[in-house]
Amino acid sequence: MSDSQGSPAKKNKDSMANIVTVALGVCFVCAIIVAGSAVSLKPTIQANKELDRNKNILIAAGLFKQGETQESEIDGLIEQFSIRVVDLEEKRFLTEDQVAAANIDIRKYDQRKAAKVPGMSMELSNEEDIASISRRARYSVAYLLEKDGKIDRIVLPVHGYGLWSTLYGFLALEGDGNTVAGITFYEQKETAGLGGEVDNPSWKRLWVGKEIYQNGKVALKVIKGSVDTSSAGAIHHIDGLAGATLTSRGVENLIAYWLGDDGFGPLLKNLKG
Amino acid sequence: MSQNVKEVLFGPILQNNPIGLQILGICSALAVTSKMSVALVMCIALTLVTAFSNLFISVIRNSIPSSIRIIVQMTIIASLVIVVDQILGAVAYDTSKQLTVFVGLIITNCIVMGRAEAFAMQNPPGISFVDGIGNGLGYSAVLMTVAVIREFFGSGSLFGFEILQLVTNGGWYNPMGIMLLPPSAFFIIGLLIWALRASKPDQVEEVEYEIGGHTALTRAM
Repeated sequence: MSDSQGSPAKKNKDSMANIVTVALGVCFVCAIIVAGSAVSLKPTIQANKELDRNKNILIAAGLFKQGETQESEIDGLIEQFSIRVVDLEEKRFLTEDQVAAANIDIRKYDQRKAAKVPGMSMELSNEEDIASISRRARYSVAYLLEKDGKIDRIVLPVHGYGLWSTLYGFLALEGDGNTVAGITFYEQKETAGLGGEVDNPSWKRLWVGKEIYQNGKVALKVIKGSVDTSSAGAIHHIDGLAGATLTSRGVENLIAYWLGDDGFGPLLKNLKG
Repeated sequence: MSQNVKEVLFGPILQNNPIGLQILGICSALAVTSKMSVALVMCIALTLVTAFSNLFISVIRNSIPSSIRIIVQMTIIASLVIVVDQILGAVAYDTSKQLTVFVGLIITNCIVMGRAEAFAMQNPPGISFVDGIGNGLGYSAVLMTVAVIREFFGSGSLFGFEILQLVTNGGWYNPMGIMLLPPSAFFIIGLLIWALRASKPDQVEEVEYEIGGHTALTRAM
């Protein structure tokens, strides 16, 4: 089928046999290189991910000070927290037996993956879905830090849609389940310098000490401009991000969802009571 | 270093810049230049991918059948990009979090394929590798220049170190918001190309079509 061009001594590189050989050879070698690098680097990448998540939990809880705390201390600090599983449908913490019955490995549980599995998650209706996340996993983890038999910090994973991307973060509350101890976003792809400022330490510092609820309803709002400290709702208001109205609104919505009645709200009220 | 190698290595920086003259790889130049640290990692990643894809393609160039050559090049480039992405995740996790999408997009970066097709398919491995490094440097030169300008005026810092204290941090500098948005890179790259062509007039393309004189005016004369 091939027309033999070139000298007969030179092998014909356009022959069908050569096409198949080269294609298979290239695929084989590339597959080995890709698989080899993926397998050999996976433990390191996994460890990095876990370290990053733990670091963000600590930052939210106010235990990790940028520039002061060393990365090597993270493991020790995170040990102080007890990890609990929350059933968001029945609004309660699961006991260890129930966790085992639900077939969840606390340390490996991936809420994001679970949100895609039909049996492990539910679809949200338009009215419910104020944080624009479309599906929510049934179980979530929560990190509790206890001191002298009392709950000192509650760190909750939160996420919701901003302008370009889903923001993933942690919100830490004081033991009263109402006062914010800190917030952090560990994954977001908002506009750098505008919406991306959700990760700016000086903005995150504004959250500390704010109160979520007023008369049992989520009252926390991200407002436009700066908060007038003398105004009535100042304790519930946070300065908006300049030039990032939609990201600010996204943050406000995700707080409203995750701390509202569909999220961790009822659970936090029980803690208080 | 022979004259030829020098030309292949340093030519793409000013004389034959992939972004400036060939207008390739603009997309990532817009996307990753709002911070210098991110741009630098992207430059290193792209330079390595271009160099090694050139090297490997050149090694097997004599047995690549011309009917499937593009797909063979793509396979090699894509494999390298995945490896680079994995390595970044392992050694520079924070930067890789900001970059992942764009590292993946190196596969479609016109510079990599352009060099594979235009240079590596015709030249021996050694010089092809140097050509990949050279074009990576040319890309990096433009990217870093744009990143310096954007980060300095947009965030008041260089490599994350504060140079101009921002109003939000209690300083005096009110950052230029547009510098943080992708369109500003368009303006900056446009100005860079203008500057480059003003200093090297031989890069200016010949006008393909010239508008005739004003007819009424011509008649009047």
